[in-house]
Amino acid sequence: MTTVLERVRSGREAAGERWRGAPRWVRWALLVAVIAFFYALPNREFYQYLGPIPTPGANFTQVLFTVSIYVLLAVGLNIVVGFAGLLDLGYFGFFAVGAYTVAVLTSPSSNLKTLWPWLLVVPLAIGLTMLSGVMLGTPTLRLRGDYLAIVTLGFAEMIRIAAVSSEFLKGQRGFNQIPHPPGKYADGKPFFGVLDARPYYWLVLTLIILVVIGVRNLTHSRVGRAWISIREDEDAAQLMGVPTFKFKLWAFASGAAIAGLAGALFAGKQNFVNSQNFELLNSIIILAAVIFGGSGNIVGAIVGGGLVAYMIERFRGIELFGVELYEYRFLIFGLVLVVMMIFRPEGLIPNRRRAAEFKDRRKEVIVGE
Amino acid sequence: MLLEIDDVSLLYGRIQALHGISLTVAEGEIVALIGANGAGKSTTMRAISGIRPIATGSIRFEGEDISKLRADLRVRRGLCQAPEGRGIFPGMSVLENLDMGAYTRRDRAGIAEDLARVLDLFPRLAERRKQAGGTLSGGEQQMLAVGRALMSRPKLLLLDEPSMGLAPMLIQQIFDIIKEINEQGTTVLLVEQNAQQALARAHRAYVLETGKIVKTGTGAELLHDPAVKEAYLGVA
Repeated sequence: MTTVLERVRSGREAAGERWRGAPRWVRWALLVAVIAFFYALPNREFYQYLGPIPTPGANFTQVLFTVSIYVLLAVGLNIVVGFAGLLDLGYFGFFAVGAYTVAVLTSPSSNLKTLWPWLLVVPLAIGLTMLSGVMLGTPTLRLRGDYLAIVTLGFAEMIRIAAVSSEFLKGQRGFNQIPHPPGKYADGKPFFGVLDARPYYWLVLTLIILVVIGVRNLTHSRVGRAWISIREDEDAAQLMGVPTFKFKLWAFASGAAIAGLAGALFAGKQNFVNSQNFELLNSIIILAAVIFGGSGNIVGAIVGGGLVAYMIERFRGIELFGVELYEYRFLIFGLVLVVMMIFRPEGLIPNRRRAAEFKDRRKEVIVGE
Repeated sequence: MLLEIDDVSLLYGRIQALHGISLTVAEGEIVALIGANGAGKSTTMRAISGIRPIATGSIRFEGEDISKLRADLRVRRGLCQAPEGRGIFPGMSVLENLDMGAYTRRDRAGIAEDLARVLDLFPRLAERRKQAGGTLSGGEQQMLAVGRALMSRPKLLLLDEPSMGLAPMLIQQIFDIIKEINEQGTTVLLVEQNAQQALARAHRAYVLETGKIVKTGTGAELLHDPAVKEAYLGVA
């Protein structure tokens, strides 16, 4: 058992070494190929040759859109959990704030009757989510430890309950006829229609790429170094002159802003938003996805978010001994997570630093015994 | 006076850890704070660096009251602490750790100069510059913590138990380096359980017992004080 594990581990490390050792142009070419693959993926002409990859039980293009939203959320949550080391259990609450901002300001079923166009509301939704992040973070980020986890958990539930029971937010009835993003073909047909999910997927994919570039630049700057130092040792960070509260709030607010963006995209695609979209389970799934992929690593977060969201949909329509696997998706997901935490707590594709931190912590435990 | 602490008390919840401590550090000095486990040495350090808020009294640095100042702003004023034990960043390399020490500074030339100086003081760190901090031995981590604090070019360097858990030879070495740092112009306030070594090198020292200062004098005086000898130097 261990020898197999060792062999897998050394194999992956060799792959990592080869990647880091490869010339710049090879890495760029590979990156471009991967991006091109994902742009081509939702076309039936392409994915019909991909064997078992397309989902049998659901429209593959729709699934890809869902997956892309999860990836965007994972990239955002990774800033909060992975870089700054803040445990956020209610991340989906910010997604809800983004989606509801769009719904309230654009839908004809809203009491406000503002009927603004989608594109105008997106920056507003991002701003408002960021503001809610600052409001939530200001009192709680001064404290250490579990407070933040509990408060964020409560926040997500508050948003959900407000959505269910407030007259203004329409509960189960929800908001309909939320406008789509703008854009028309030459023949006058709208680019973002009702049936075809591909344009939405491409839009989210493009935004993911932009967000990843932004986050990467941020993490390679003084801001990123401050976040990592806070995650590794908050006291030591403060002793080195890092204004820890400010940077924690920054991480929290940037993470929230990305969730707000994802929420606005979701509302613009779905055309309909009601209280059923925002179960607590979603927050947990995204958090688990980030940890599963390797928190602290952008690639890890992308892979984690993508894989988890995809696998859940992949189970649809598969029958085993007369039961649909989809019914047991969370059981399987939970088992996989437990196994992961035993054998590879740092995630599928961990950050090199993060792996060293884990080793350090393990050593500390041994010393403590 | 570079640092003046006047009648400071500090609470951990309902437990009072410091009972009206007063001490001073003049420019150019090495001042040692000795005492047994739980006497409040590290707590005093935390109060000075601003990690724990104080309940009463005042802390003055270069004549200005910094009692209510945030910890990171105290660093900018020239007060830097090397935390005790494993207070380094385990996932960052040695160089990245040292770089974090210079977080508050923007003068690239000065930072490069100090980096060369720190690597010169600690050749072991130079050898392991690319290695992750968490993979270093206890002694090397201790050196890294001291070196990192030096990178902020502090006016006052606070050292919390720099010899903790080290082999006797390494202890000797680290105290020699502290002496050297001081001779290069940095004022040092040192907290130690290893009273022998600390007193031998300090200009002045304070003895701390259950959150109160019970004795003060020059290093040599305390080294030969019968009560101190019996309590902290293991000599009957």
